[in-house]
Amino acid sequence: MSTDNRPLSPHLQVYRLPFTALTSISHRISGVLLSAGALVLVYWVLAAAAGPASYASASSLLGSLPMQLLMLLWTFVLFYHLCNGIRHLFWDAGYGFELESAKRSGQAVLVGAFLLTGLGWLIALV
Amino acid sequence: MAFRTPLKQARGLGASHHGASHWWSQRLTAIGMVPLMLWLVIGIAANAGAGYAETIAWIGSPINAVLLAVLFGVLFYHASLGLQVILEDYVSHQGVRLGLIIAVRFLALLLATAGIFAVIKIALGG
Repeated sequence: MSTDNRPLSPHLQVYRLPFTALTSISHRISGVLLSAGALVLVYWVLAAAAGPASYASASSLLGSLPMQLLMLLWTFVLFYHLCNGIRHLFWDAGYGFELESAKRSGQAVLVGAFLLTGLGWLIALV
Repeated sequence: MAFRTPLKQARGLGASHHGASHWWSQRLTAIGMVPLMLWLVIGIAANAGAGYAETIAWIGSPINAVLLAVLFGVLFYHASLGLQVILEDYVSHQGVRLGLIIAVRFLALLLATAGIFAVIKIALGG
């Protein structure tokens, strides 16, 4: 049996993506983005461990405008993944499967992610 | 081939009492990451724009160093489990898929070790 040409789930191109499906695929995409973000975290700690000179160059790189915008994006992506992950944990426990509650929890995830992102940057900037 | 019974062929390939271990580890690390990530964002945000000495002092304080080391381990384990599922779902070529999964696992181990090493180096004042 050849399995190479078999369509694989989840069939992203086949279905119209309703809101709940969008939150689902966003969970995966955000996970991939956060894996990339983890590289920056390691880079930051390694630079600090290597001494003042390398920390200074890492600081100026991470403090640059493009990197700060990327950090803002990463903060939102992190809190999206965190909130949506909690939503998944509730599903794992058997709660919130009804269409209406799945929609509501998805909206709550977005609101929560926005609020926590704002809160995090408020702490950083104040 | 002819000497092997169907049972012998099936053994070890299916869920022989550890079928849910990937799923379970993913959830366990997810639960652990919720407080760890909230702590990390608050810590980084509160230290935003800090100089070398302050940053070293923050990373190197006993509680922060332990939490950061744990975070690196849990983070990269969680990431490798998640990326593996994505590769399993979207990469249809068996050889490429296996190669990518192995690469992700090795890279995750390398990055987690690098992060933990940096934290220990800072904490021990080296």
